[in-house]
Amino acid sequence: MTKREKKDLARIIVSAALLIVINFIPVDGWVRFALYLVPYLIVGFEVLKKSAVNIAHGQVFDENFLMAVATIGAFAIGEYNEACFVMIFYEVGELFEHVAVGKSRKSIASLMDIRPDTANLERDGEIEEADPDEVEIGSVIVVRPGERVPIDGEIIEGETLLDTVALTGEAVPRSARAGDAIISGCVNLTATVRVRTTKEAGESTVAKILELVENSADNKAKSEDFITRFAKYYTPVVVIGAVLLAIVPSLFDGQWTKWIHQALTFLVISCPCALVLSVPLSFFGGIGGASKNGILIKGSNYLEALSKTSAAVFDKTGTLTKGEFAVQKVEPAGMTESELLELAAYAELDSSHPIAESIRAAYGGKIDRERVTEWKNEAGKGVTAVINGERVLCGNEKLLREAGIEVGRTGVHLARNGEYAGSIKISDSVKPGAREALEALGRGGVTTIMLTGDHRSAAEEIAAEVGIDEYHAELLPQDKVSKIEEIIEKYGKTGKVLFCGDGINDAPVLARADIGVAMGAMGSDAAIEASDVVLMDDKLEKLSKAIEISRKTNRIVTENIVFALAVKAVVLALGLFGAATMWEAVFADVGVLVLCILNAMRCLRFK
Amino acid sequence: MKKAYKIDIDCANCAAKVEAAVNKLEGVKKCTVSFMTGKLTLETDSDDQTGIMKEVIKTAKKIEPDCEITAK
Repeated sequence: MTKREKKDLARIIVSAALLIVINFIPVDGWVRFALYLVPYLIVGFEVLKKSAVNIAHGQVFDENFLMAVATIGAFAIGEYNEACFVMIFYEVGELFEHVAVGKSRKSIASLMDIRPDTANLERDGEIEEADPDEVEIGSVIVVRPGERVPIDGEIIEGETLLDTVALTGEAVPRSARAGDAIISGCVNLTATVRVRTTKEAGESTVAKILELVENSADNKAKSEDFITRFAKYYTPVVVIGAVLLAIVPSLFDGQWTKWIHQALTFLVISCPCALVLSVPLSFFGGIGGASKNGILIKGSNYLEALSKTSAAVFDKTGTLTKGEFAVQKVEPAGMTESELLELAAYAELDSSHPIAESIRAAYGGKIDRERVTEWKNEAGKGVTAVINGERVLCGNEKLLREAGIEVGRTGVHLARNGEYAGSIKISDSVKPGAREALEALGRGGVTTIMLTGDHRSAAEEIAAEVGIDEYHAELLPQDKVSKIEEIIEKYGKTGKVLFCGDGINDAPVLARADIGVAMGAMGSDAAIEASDVVLMDDKLEKLSKAIEISRKTNRIVTENIVFALAVKAVVLALGLFGAATMWEAVFADVGVLVLCILNAMRCLRFK
Repeated sequence: MKKAYKIDIDCANCAAKVEAAVNKLEGVKKCTVSFMTGKLTLETDSDDQTGIMKEVIKTAKKIEPDCEITAK
């Protein structure tokens, strides 16, 4: 509690105690009135003062004014106890609100306390402490065990384990050695490393993440807008209702005191605070809880949209699959498997294509360059070379067809001296956990769809392996955008369409989808920039977790809205028929506030 | 220009009211007030916000005399 909150608490306790004591003092008339005025003013002076100032500014319908009118009204009709009680209870609610907001702010702040204030800068062989903002790109900094990495860079000396839990939610440390990139925000665990910075502090991962989470509150959800708009009309309507309730029946039966008393109940219940606070508090908590899990959500609007996901569209390579190619099958024709693999490895000796790399890795042996002559790269087709004096073609079906050899479509095909020599099947392997993650999405009622530029047969294989509902193959990059538009057309009626990719080649698709999710974003600015939701590591289960968090948050928001409105409606109805007094009204109002806040705080505790 | 300020404000409803009022000011492109983060983001046509900030503070004080807006 802050100093001010402690002071408020003290005032509440003192006036409550006084109120109890006064009830046992047998006095009447003006003395009694004066006695009750003491606890009332102790607890309510601030409210009275504020409402006076606000009236001077033309702000009539604020909660201070309403409480002031309600309690002064109660005093006027001789309900001293009620007046004091309502004011005390109102202050209890306000205090609770402050404490709760302060607490959730603090817990988010501690979550976000991942930016170090200093960097150990190496200058002329000496190490000095420097402000990270003043460290230039290409400087050398030293990160000792137990310290957080202040700036993105590359390790130039040392080998260590890094704790990335603050960034990814992943508890298992990563190992990193000289040559590896190192991301700011990680904690260095085991050994001192020297790092050459590759970015400025302000452009580093940790700064980007903090900026993103801080700005997320600016993108408000629909339910947030709804509730502020609702509050704008709710209060005046209830106040007008109160005025009517005080006047209209009294004109008929002349029981002014009775009806005014009942009308005051309306004023007490007219404050929309619980509603207006609990909605953003829930979203704020949900966004905080998600970032604890390595899921960055750029706004309450996206957190809201995520819960309505009807279709999740995935890019194949690098999203559903590892993006690392490996030889799956060797099908030789007229030679042994190892001979074919050797031939392919020799043919691909200088190619930098990932497929070539996977063939060389599968071969594993040393390559004698002397044996290869006339090596030529045929862009988009493959390579031709003379190996041991024999003419070798190695590439896709187009390359072999040109040489007059008809082959199937998938795989890398080889020909020796104009004769088909066999083919090698290469495929990307599915990410571990991909199937389970897609199943979890399916259970949540989300249709899963895969987009890929690959051949149909390769796509079919991966689709079967991960158990995806629908796939579209052989798409050129520009086709993907029109495909996602088709999907939005089809699934947009029942909910939101989400696209999940690595954020490098699919920025237009990320932007076109209702919700763009970039994964494996550690260190990739482009991905963070282009997307609405960022998964810090490349695990697919984070996506279903994100949807789960959003559904929970939205459920809590709905619960709060429905609950608060229902209670208010009931008390208003009871007040109308004289069944509820100000006691019940303030109890209900503050009770709703407290329960809504407690409910909203559950969002923060998402594990 | 878009710039963020720190806003110390007491209740969520007042924050929403300040946001609505500032958005009506002339020269303001977009203003968001986040009660949870205590932040007021102001987007204006001109690059110099010192003049308009005086208006913003005046408007905010009118709605909530207790509120405090300071540079970040």
